[in-house]
Amino acid sequence: MFSTFTFAPGTGLFQNLADLFSYGDGQFGLWALNSVLYAGLGGFLSTLVSAMAGYALAKYEFRGRSLIFYSILGGVLIPGITLAIPQYLLLSEVGLAGSYLSVLLPIIISPFGIYLSRVYAASAIPTDTVEAARIDGASEFRIFRSIALPLMVPGMVTVFMLQFVGIWNNFLLPFVMLSDQSNYPLTVGLYTLLSKGSGTPALYSLAITGAAVSIIPLIVLMLVLQRFWRLDLLSGGLKG
Amino acid sequence: MTATLTPRTPTTARSRPSRRRRGRSAPYFFLLPALVLFVLFMVVPIIYAAWLSLQTYRIEGGGILGTRVRVFTGLSNYVSALTDPDLLSGFGHLGLYAVIAVPVTLGLALLFALLLDVPAARGTRFSRTAIFIPYAVPGVVAALLWGFLYLPGTSPFSDITNALGLGSIPFLKEPGIFGSMANISIWGGVGFNMIIIFTSLRGIPADIYEAARLDGADERQIALSIKIPLVVPALVLTAIFSLIGALQLYGEPTTLKPMTSIISQTWVPLMTIYKDAFLTDDLPSAAALSVILALGTVVLSAIVLGITNRRTSGARS
Repeated sequence: MFSTFTFAPGTGLFQNLADLFSYGDGQFGLWALNSVLYAGLGGFLSTLVSAMAGYALAKYEFRGRSLIFYSILGGVLIPGITLAIPQYLLLSEVGLAGSYLSVLLPIIISPFGIYLSRVYAASAIPTDTVEAARIDGASEFRIFRSIALPLMVPGMVTVFMLQFVGIWNNFLLPFVMLSDQSNYPLTVGLYTLLSKGSGTPALYSLAITGAAVSIIPLIVLMLVLQRFWRLDLLSGGLKG
Repeated sequence: MTATLTPRTPTTARSRPSRRRRGRSAPYFFLLPALVLFVLFMVVPIIYAAWLSLQTYRIEGGGILGTRVRVFTGLSNYVSALTDPDLLSGFGHLGLYAVIAVPVTLGLALLFALLLDVPAARGTRFSRTAIFIPYAVPGVVAALLWGFLYLPGTSPFSDITNALGLGSIPFLKEPGIFGSMANISIWGGVGFNMIIIFTSLRGIPADIYEAARLDGADERQIALSIKIPLVVPALVLTAIFSLIGALQLYGEPTTLKPMTSIISQTWVPLMTIYKDAFLTDDLPSAAALSVILALGTVVLSAIVLGITNRRTSGARS
């Protein structure tokens, strides 16, 4: 790898893949499953929490609305490194550090997701429809579930995708939180391969192969979720 | 923080009192999970970091067995941070990098989003995915891959220039390093920003375009005079997020560091923070630096918001 012209393709792809999945009794597969769990479940919960908050911020007027909104948005300004260390100290106080929850819980709150959901809810949910449902006697929860959520699907798909990718590629938080290799997501696992690789070049190639493989699920997800962007935003609204 | 406030009647509710009362608590109910998590995982850690930044370690007791205790020192961490020449040059590096990375990222993202939104565009799914995929590549891996394309020994570009007798391209020397560094984040960031702008373009009702088309506007005119003004909020948002991202530059220089001697351990502020927190084990100093960086980010974002607000309100009047 260090001696050849780098655009020239090699021939060792399948050998690399076989090595990768057999490394450390299939550790790579375990890391991949962990990543799927963190990104999938974390992304889903995060999207749901963001959608609820965004809907409330966009479609209700209540005391403290601006305060809540700008405080949450301000959360984006804090460097992740600043948060990760206190989060770790906090979670180890309650004995959660090192567990799956220690990585899952902090990523559910996404100021950016909430912002995006609010913008989207404001433009996609006609206030007249909500009012009409209210007059017909629908409960606030039912209005959210049956009217707001379906209209917000394209926006939520965007939030989910960005969160999924963000969590999938998140390095710092799991790196700080986890100590047991069997809980690692792909990023931290690959990093340990890379840092060991400075002594053993074979691990270096494994890490590069692993990095390439770890992108494939994201591409598949992207292709699947694209369909939902095609929904016409105005369908189901009053304009029909 | 909001539990004690009495909610105002939603102006949208035109219903009987009983129903109105139920509607009052609804927004708080919807916000509850977000607020609880926000307080637990953002507000509390921030307060903790701020509190930590006002302290310092001191060795108490004699000899080798002296214990390290944290004592309150006021603002001394801030004073030593702000007078540290390493930090100032770190901000200089950051500035040069951001001046290249932010405008180019936004410009390309807007261009791609507009091109993909043209009705006649073909292969949009493929292009959208292709532009987005680099964002899916973890920053560390992207920096590593680009690093090999930059490094004189392995760079295919330098292979070509060497063959032509021009010598290697100085990707990893000053001032080329700023362009090289910006290039990595532009490559990774365009897709993300494009998605935000594109989502916002999709939210524009199509009948606006119909009217413009009937009036004889072509796609370029529609893009320039209808679409761009309507996606200004998304542009402001992406600008601020790109700026924030630029200020938090860390992964790229850390990964490129072994490849070049000009990247020091404190090349950008976050590298200094990381060094203080994990290598020299000086948490208070790291906390103080983080607070400075966060405050700087707030000020910059406020300036960007201020400028754009004046522009848009000026355009309206």
